[in-house]
Amino acid sequence: MTQRSLLFAALSALLALAALLIPLPAVRPQPQQRQIHLNARMFAFEPGSVKVNQGDTVTLVLHSQDVTHGIYLDGYDVNIKAEPGKPAQATFVADRQGKFRFRCSVTCGAMHPFMIGELVVGPNLPFWRAVAALLIVVAGSVLTLRSAAPQATPHDPASHQATR
Amino acid sequence: MTQPPIKQPGSNWRFELTRLPFLYRLLRWRPLQFTLTLITLSFFVLALLTSFLGTPVGNRNFSIIFVWIVWWALVIILLVPVLGRSWCAICPIPAPGEWLQRRSFIYPRRRKLWTLGKRWPRRLKNIWLQNFSFLAMALFSAIILTRPIATGLVLLAFILLAVGLSLVYERRIFCRYVCPVGGFIGLYSMAAPIELRVKDVEVCRAHSTKECYVGSEHGFGCPWLVFPGNLQRNTYCGLCTECLKTCTMDNVAVNLRLPGLDFFVAKQRRLDEAYKAFIMLACALAYSAVLLGPWGVLKDAANFASLEGWLIYAVVFLAFNLLILPGLFYLTTLLSRKLGARGEISARAYFIDLSYSLIPLGLAAWIAFSLGFVLVSISYALPVLADPFGWGWNMFGLRDMPWTPIAPGLIPTMQVPVLLGGLAFSIYTLWRILGEHGRERLTRAALPPAFFLTLATFGFLWLYLG
Repeated sequence: MTQRSLLFAALSALLALAALLIPLPAVRPQPQQRQIHLNARMFAFEPGSVKVNQGDTVTLVLHSQDVTHGIYLDGYDVNIKAEPGKPAQATFVADRQGKFRFRCSVTCGAMHPFMIGELVVGPNLPFWRAVAALLIVVAGSVLTLRSAAPQATPHDPASHQATR
Repeated sequence: MTQPPIKQPGSNWRFELTRLPFLYRLLRWRPLQFTLTLITLSFFVLALLTSFLGTPVGNRNFSIIFVWIVWWALVIILLVPVLGRSWCAICPIPAPGEWLQRRSFIYPRRRKLWTLGKRWPRRLKNIWLQNFSFLAMALFSAIILTRPIATGLVLLAFILLAVGLSLVYERRIFCRYVCPVGGFIGLYSMAAPIELRVKDVEVCRAHSTKECYVGSEHGFGCPWLVFPGNLQRNTYCGLCTECLKTCTMDNVAVNLRLPGLDFFVAKQRRLDEAYKAFIMLACALAYSAVLLGPWGVLKDAANFASLEGWLIYAVVFLAFNLLILPGLFYLTTLLSRKLGARGEISARAYFIDLSYSLIPLGLAAWIAFSLGFVLVSISYALPVLADPFGWGWNMFGLRDMPWTPIAPGLIPTMQVPVLLGGLAFSIYTLWRILGEHGRERLTRAALPPAFFLTLATFGFLWLYLG
């Protein structure tokens, strides 16, 4: 590795880290009250994906269609259970951006561990930060490797063809 | 203990771990492998018993939790990335067959193995069988991962097959050519920072008795049918360290090294291994969508809700694994070959070579995928230890411990650096492999396959965070 390539590697790692972590001014739409009805059946939620905005006050109403199901929302302290015909609800403020999975929290059958839905709290900055970091890693890797000293062995076509 | 310098073609920095007296003695201590295997075998037997006799509720059954959560996390997050094939050394599945062949648990008593000693057919001396056996399991994964009885049948089939093959064929044929798990462990072990190698290949060449392969009073010949003197990659070395015990020249070492050196052993690259890289990457993507995604229709199809739905799922799944992903990558290699003016190497060989750049990203993708469910479900482990059959036992008073996901809100935060690290490692691997074909127009040649790698990583990021 040359000094230049090390510099590129360090710089791209720092930039990727910055893209993931640096605080950015939030552009938030006016917070709203939202009531979201989720139908649970073995082994899916309908709708499977729910979108709200940061700051919204969200009321999740869980309707169970077959057996008792629950909802555990990753990253939020939400855990409710609903029996068939007896909906349950929980209200919370969606104060964190990103994608959060909600999972059935009551053992309901074989595929129970994979009964998963997702709540996307927009603007989904964590995703776009990850995409920015991805692009920085790609560009940084290419620049680093371009500026690195040659390491490869000389081309030997025979060695490749002989083995296949 | 003599300490000759390590001389190997194409080697970089290495630290010989077996120079550490404690580790050297430990690895040469014959009861070590037997003791560790006995522990894993006891877990295996319990998993078998609970799968057939225990509750059908997966997250209350020892077999589901300890095989698909605890063991899986141990293998894919810890053992393979750090210690390569070390699991294979203590895997319980081939152990009964191997003990039967040897008619001994620990010490070599007879030179001749108790087996018909048939030779494995030449046309099957590759990992195609492992590729297809893995795909067959993957097609039914929603069933196998969630139903104890299905897990039990798979484990039983594995151990019966391993014993049966050991009676007919020499040594560990099941591990080497059949085991669906061994195929990807071998592939990903190439990335590990640990290796078993000979210290000086010239010593092996000049040594006529080759106890490492044929065995001696100190140990058995290599169970994996590998001559250590030719070992340049981790792929087919089960790290049982028999050769370390049998070598009379003290020429075998376990080394710490830079990760991923095996990707650059050009002469041993093959289409079956390249396809394994595609299958693993495709399965990680498919599982992330089917098992961790929000789409009920996919879960229903994978879970056999209807035969029609499952058949469509199976066709799409197989096409994605065997045609679509390799096909797209093949197109990028054609473009790379053209842009990089690398016409002197055949398109097939070029495709195979560049496919090895998928391995680091594939391993990272499996770690990221596994984080997505292991941290959420690992808390089931203690209750099932207390009540492995789900019969109402309450050993250690742990049965009623509630399900407590570990840091579920932080899982995406862990997945991103894992995926980006895997991508950077893959681009580095791609670059070095391309460099083997000449350094002219390297950047141009790298761009199409690097774009493919970037797109695949974007796919995972979208599934986990988007």
